[in-house]
Amino acid sequence: MLTPRPAGAVAEFIALLEMRTGQQMGANRNWRVETALKPVMRDTGHETLEKLAAAIRADRSGPLADRVVDELLNQESSFFRDAAVFDIVEQAVSAIPDTRRPRIWSAGCSTGQEPLSLAMLFAEKLDHQMPEILATDVSESALNKARAGHYTQFEIQRGLPIRRMMQWFDSSDGDWIANPGLTRMVSFRRMNLVADSLPIGRFDVILCRNVLLYFSLDIRRAVLGRLAQVLRPDGVLVLGAGETVIGQTDAFRPSQRYRGLYEPNWAAAAAA
Amino acid sequence: MKTCLVVDDSKVIRKVARHILETLNFEVSEAADGKEALDSCMASVPDVILLDWNMPVMSGMDFLRALRDTALSSRPKVVFCTTENGMAYIRAAIEAGADEYVMKPFDRETLESKLQIVGLA
Ligand SMILES: C[S@@+](CC[C@H](N)C(=O)[O-])C[C@H]1O[C@@H](n2cnc3c(N)ncnc32)[C@H](O)[C@@H]1O
Repeated sequence: MLTPRPAGAVAEFIALLEMRTGQQMGANRNWRVETALKPVMRDTGHETLEKLAAAIRADRSGPLADRVVDELLNQESSFFRDAAVFDIVEQAVSAIPDTRRPRIWSAGCSTGQEPLSLAMLFAEKLDHQMPEILATDVSESALNKARAGHYTQFEIQRGLPIRRMMQWFDSSDGDWIANPGLTRMVSFRRMNLVADSLPIGRFDVILCRNVLLYFSLDIRRAVLGRLAQVLRPDGVLVLGAGETVIGQTDAFRPSQRYRGLYEPNWAAAAAA
Repeated sequence: MKTCLVVDDSKVIRKVARHILETLNFEVSEAADGKEALDSCMASVPDVILLDWNMPVMSGMDFLRALRDTALSSRPKVVFCTTENGMAYIRAAIEAGADEYVMKPFDRETLESKLQIVGLA
């Protein structure tokens, strides 16, 4: 079936999203644009998509454009998403000699559930050094929410065991707020994986889950190459359930040690 | 097939929960209060009990205490499912032997994730 190419304002928003983040909006998701932008239109008094598009054309790097990009990004996440992965990450981190502090990067951390899950997991393990956890996302509003550790009742219940909720969160007007002791274990930073300079130093574990899905193949390959640059030779990469590096890049191959994870592909690096 | 006993005095909630649980491949039975639930457990012990707090005849809390005091052939998991969402309630439920806690309103993902946490989905 032929899906008509998006026209006019919708096409402009989709182009803005791709330019800013590399994220493509699948043709079957075009309908989402208007739904997602309704709140912005209401808050800013632009009654139609066309008027909103015109306002953005007049100021492409202003706060309105930022807000539109934020609303169009898929920021779905949950605590301990695909729970079995966390056991494997724990194994990988436990194998690191205790003489140095493990480093973990949650790339595309959205509203913080992923890095905070890691922080809880490792803070509860007393026999090991607390890893350094860096969490980055392109969306400043998602990061603000993550830094505040503020979740609705729906968000907090998804995947988070009740004992951990009791230990690490307090209720406030029906919402749930992470103890500062928990959010402090994570450094949150804004970073566009496609364009911004990479974090300094190398990581033992990089999680980049449910982020690469909507990149074009070229961008996906480029981002995977960038992640490989800051992963330790003995480090591992974690992708989302249903994501793979196979057929996408030569920089990684399935890990020999940890099922479902990926490791740098030295044969390819040597040949390059 | 895994079995779940849904204990709630609201017929609507029982129906919603049954629907979700059946799509998760549970065989579902129902009880409208703690007393009925206790009788049901004596007859056959489910794998998991989804338990409301405020009910006539016997509350969820009284049921849970009675259940944990009764010798059964196996230990069912208990997931509270209630509008009580204060920390004091949650703590009391866990201390009385609940395994998990769902705050109403809930949806399919929430229930599924809580059942996964108790090892049943
Ligand atoms: C669906 S969420 C996944 C969150 C989390 N990793 C998980 O799996 O639950 C994808 C996140 O990637 C972020 N993202 C998209 N494009 C990005 C880019 N170019 N650079 C950094 N983050 C990006 C989005 O803002 C969003 O928060």
